[in-house]
Amino acid sequence: MKRDWLTRFSIVVPYAWLAAFFLLPFLIVVKISFSQSAVAQPPYVPVFDPAAGWDGVRAFFGALSIDSYTSTYADSLYLYSYFKSVTVAAISTALLLLIGYPVAYALARAPRRWQGTLVLLVVLPFWTSFLIRVYAWMNILQHDGLLNQALLALHIIAQPVSWLSTDYAVYLGIVYSYFPFMVLPLYATLERLDPALLEAAADLGCPPWRAFFTVTVPLSLPGIIAGALLCFIPITGEFVIPDLLGSSTTAMIGQTLWLEFFGNRDWPVASALAVVLLALLVTPIVFYRQREMRQMEKA
Amino acid sequence: MAALVSFEQVSKRFGDFTAVDGVSLDIQDGEFFALLGPSGCGKTTLLRMLAGFERPDAGKVVLGGTDLTGVPPYRRPVNMMFQSYALFPHMTVAGNVAFGLKQDGLPRKEIAARVDEMLALVQLSGLAARKPDQLSGGQRQRVALARSLAKRPKVLLLDEPLAALDRKLREETRFELKAVQQKLGMTFVIVTHDQDEAMTVADRIAVMDRGRLAQVGAPAEVYQRPRSRWVAGFVGDINLVEARVSAVYPSFVTLEREGLKLRVAPSADVAPGAPAAVALRPEKIGIAHAQPEGGAENGATGVVTEIGYLGMLSVFKVQLDSGFALKAAVMNGAAARPIQVKDRVWLSWEPDAGVLLSE
Repeated sequence: MKRDWLTRFSIVVPYAWLAAFFLLPFLIVVKISFSQSAVAQPPYVPVFDPAAGWDGVRAFFGALSIDSYTSTYADSLYLYSYFKSVTVAAISTALLLLIGYPVAYALARAPRRWQGTLVLLVVLPFWTSFLIRVYAWMNILQHDGLLNQALLALHIIAQPVSWLSTDYAVYLGIVYSYFPFMVLPLYATLERLDPALLEAAADLGCPPWRAFFTVTVPLSLPGIIAGALLCFIPITGEFVIPDLLGSSTTAMIGQTLWLEFFGNRDWPVASALAVVLLALLVTPIVFYRQREMRQMEKA
Repeated sequence: MAALVSFEQVSKRFGDFTAVDGVSLDIQDGEFFALLGPSGCGKTTLLRMLAGFERPDAGKVVLGGTDLTGVPPYRRPVNMMFQSYALFPHMTVAGNVAFGLKQDGLPRKEIAARVDEMLALVQLSGLAARKPDQLSGGQRQRVALARSLAKRPKVLLLDEPLAALDRKLREETRFELKAVQQKLGMTFVIVTHDQDEAMTVADRIAVMDRGRLAQVGAPAEVYQRPRSRWVAGFVGDINLVEARVSAVYPSFVTLEREGLKLRVAPSADVAPGAPAAVALRPEKIGIAHAQPEGGAENGATGVVTEIGYLGMLSVFKVQLDSGFALKAAVMNGAAARPIQVKDRVWLSWEPDAGVLLSE
């Protein structure tokens, strides 16, 4: 009986946490997204007034509108931001996979006693503040920065190149920052891959390069998906990196959101943008979870 | 007849450890050959050198007249059944069996036909669409066998193929393995640490010890006439009686030890005064309450200290008056009066029951 109570309690705790710190704030954001912008404190109407009683509630719901949502797809700036965000996230994730997979593979194949140290080296940059690392990149990429100086000294370029405030800089910053999030899940699946499977493939007449695509890659698919989601989702909402390394033409949805909130003080539109972004990002996760559940049921 | 597989002075070291030490061995076409030995004796390394997963440091491996040195595993006409089975978890049973055939670029129809044939051979026809993790241990073992047979290799290598099965299934599967080998007429090389397994399935056995061949021969030969104390001790249950050679005659040799006189057939080259051992299988020693009539050429008296009942037979541990213990095994139900612990008994055996060992 007592254990029953404990089990129930341990299930309730995470749900209570989610309800208090995710669901409730999210509902507030949803509510604001259906409001109208106003020069007031708080900067939107209607404000729910419990003192007015039943009429107040009816007036409150009558005043809600979907105007903010209409503007998220009516205004090409927002559409462009979404498009830009998803494009940047997709390309960055592809780049991360391309660079991260060989690194994870090498880590998993390294001698056992070295693996711990090597994994540590991948994670090590994270012990420095994220902002400091992005500022360091600004320093390296700026007009008279290290990169231009080095290229000039090597006579590869004649004139300093503007690296900063370009898409390249944004991709560089993102790939650099999200690298461990791609490498670690890949490493975790590749490290568990039974080497006997590759021997079996070779034994059955499969040369190593083909075994990589017929055995290694399919079996590391869970790691690929986990790494891709772990990178794609936060990159889509990324604000700091494009803001510091990119230009206004690289405005991603995070920056647009920030602008609506703090620049235009248009909380309803900003909230609507956030809700749409969440819907956009939740879809792939739901797909993935369903796929996973199906596989678990099969097994 | 030329051998199908030849190991010629093959050696392999891992760091300071010599896994295989100058082994020369011929395996004939169509033979079921067993590499038997304790763990770390080099048997698996020898097998892996034939498969191509390990490269010999010295010597060469020849298959059908072709030197395999430098030939990668995926170009060798041998297939292996792995101890862990190493089935591809993301493929179905049929996909696993078809894997090797697809590598050869066979037409789809032929692949499908061969997969059906292989699954029928291992009696798994209904399970073609299952994934390995939906199968029992015994079924996985059969899939592994079917997959390794599908390409009709010149030699099938089996690395402890039955080790993961429980005892009863393991014993049944031994006979099935043997039946499959005879049906296909293929050359099988099995690695095992289980002497019963090696004896049951193999036409010939190579007993290995610390990277070297201790003895090569048919199961009965290895069992009846072990060449050294080590082989005698490893293969089956045995009494090893250490003694000193007292006289050498053309037809027999006598040995002495602590008041015990032994007479054995002259199966090893020994000189009077030299130390030697007599290996006596427990089932070749007779045990009785009374002195055997006519008197056997070898005999001793003692007291039964332990009885191990094994169903078909019982093993009696007898403390001899001369000081040491001998084991005698007797079929149950033969004795008129059951022998019990603390009984005084007579042990007796024929001169050719024991094997004289100098090594």
